[in-house]
Amino acid sequence: MSAVPASARGSAGAAAATLLAVRGLRKRFGGVVATDDVTLAVAEGEVHALIGPNGAGKTSLIAQLSGTLMPDHGEIRFAGVDITRLVQHRRVKLGLARSFQITRLFRSFSAVENLAIAVQARDGRNLSFWRPVSRDTAIADEARALLGEIGLAARADMPAAALSHGEQRALEVGVALATRPRLLLLDEPMAGTGPEESARMVELIERVRTKATVLLVEHDVDAVFRLADRVSVLVNGRVIASGLPDAVRNDPEVVTAYLGDEVHR
Amino acid sequence: MTPAASAASAASATATASTGPSPAARVALLALAFAAIAFPFAMQALDASFYVSVASRMMIYAIAATSLNLVLGYGGLVSFGHAAFFGIGAYTVGILITEGVVSGWIGIPLAMGIAALFATVIGAVSLRTRGVYFIMITLAFAQMLFYLVNSVKAYGGDEGLNLKLRSSLGFGLNLKDDATFYFVVLACLAGTLLAVHRIMGSRFGRIVLAMRDDDVRAEAIGVPTFRYKLVLFVIAAALGGLSGALMVNQQNYVNPNVLHWTQSGTLMVMVILGGVGTLWGGVLGAFVLLLLEEVISAYTVHWQFWVGWILLAIVLYAPRGLVGLVSRALGRGAGRK
Repeated sequence: MSAVPASARGSAGAAAATLLAVRGLRKRFGGVVATDDVTLAVAEGEVHALIGPNGAGKTSLIAQLSGTLMPDHGEIRFAGVDITRLVQHRRVKLGLARSFQITRLFRSFSAVENLAIAVQARDGRNLSFWRPVSRDTAIADEARALLGEIGLAARADMPAAALSHGEQRALEVGVALATRPRLLLLDEPMAGTGPEESARMVELIERVRTKATVLLVEHDVDAVFRLADRVSVLVNGRVIASGLPDAVRNDPEVVTAYLGDEVHR
Repeated sequence: MTPAASAASAASATATASTGPSPAARVALLALAFAAIAFPFAMQALDASFYVSVASRMMIYAIAATSLNLVLGYGGLVSFGHAAFFGIGAYTVGILITEGVVSGWIGIPLAMGIAALFATVIGAVSLRTRGVYFIMITLAFAQMLFYLVNSVKAYGGDEGLNLKLRSSLGFGLNLKDDATFYFVVLACLAGTLLAVHRIMGSRFGRIVLAMRDDDVRAEAIGVPTFRYKLVLFVIAAALGGLSGALMVNQQNYVNPNVLHWTQSGTLMVMVILGGVGTLWGGVLGAFVLLLLEEVISAYTVHWQFWVGWILLAIVLYAPRGLVGLVSRALGRGAGRK
């Protein structure tokens, strides 16, 4: 399990510019501290994994990064812009997109239509009330090409709700990808998938990384150590370690707090 | 959220309908247009002109229900205050005529514009909420307007506003003539249906359907969902205002009851009966409900009791409403839009 593809590590050069910089982020709900002084840097081009036990604050952090939850303190900079108070759709326009842990697709739309609407949203010019969207062949073409890239070409016209779980997970990533993000927040893309589907998702993320920087929140520790250039560990709302996978894996604090026997299995 | 849920189940058909009507649907549409145009002449020949104004009333309600279907059915936004826009349209024309402004070319656009203006304010507040809160806030706004109109004695207050004149349109069109009025209403209904069809097939319409499926996801692909919902809400209100403007012209009278919440409820019943999120749902629902009222009330004053049973059966067994039943009966063609 420690076999790491050399290609995956290639782009993790120390000189890469910081794309996402989080500083001193705090969020509390009543007496519960969800995010406790989180500082995190994601470099352009890397796959940065965020791991941690249940209740560590991963979901709250993703919500603050994507703009659905406003932090109490701290700062989020994306590509040099302060986005701390920016609403979500504006962050998407800047190139920060997310996928969801619990699949959220446009269920009555077909697979290709799910991608087409995301392409259309990125394209803008949507206060158009009279011209049939079916004449916008550029949108349909791009959606079909992308559908092929995520391996669902054969499912184009199937309603999203009728796809298998693994296919829905792939489409979930595809919809986010259709916005052409610079940074893609993947919230547990392997959630609920079997080993075969997980392997396919790992492949998909390998392809995604050639197009976008990835912040990967994932429970599947095997997958994380195969994909990630760097790993940050979140426990009780705090980042307790951040660095190269091997260093993090052997960090005594990480082992006690989270990985424990999972690594030494 | 039954309407929204059943709308979603109907949407896979709606979502792919942008390729235009099938040949069978084209024929059905032509036949319908022919029947609608021939109707007043046939009634005159049969010496049954009374039914021409009955049909006009049904078409006015069809416009109102179709406009509600835009937000409720396609948008998945359960607005319980749509009568407000119907009433605003009616009172705008009523007040203008009382003040001596009889031109329909001023009255009708203004009725639509003022309804849209109110919708901008009401929507700006209510669309920040969802679910039950949205239902309650739209209801509250409509009831506020109901009480406001009730208290404005200058324009009849709770006794309503009687009009001596109808809107004038020029071009030799006299709205006092039942057949002329019928054709004006028919043109407005056709225009409304064409507009809804084109809007729902456009880029904007795709965004609306996406937001109905999952507005959290829509926001996450970069759609400013609040803004788009507001635009939808305003368009629906303008069309609601149009129906009110026509209604006051038919009745020469308007009273605050057109803004009452039961009126909003009636429009919702029409939409659910006809088919949530379908092009013809509002039309079919309005026609059938008003016909049922007409027929059953000849036998009993408790006609609403029997309509209740019919509505229950539709909700339980035909989630796409009468449009769903009709399109199933006709095969796949006609109901697709």
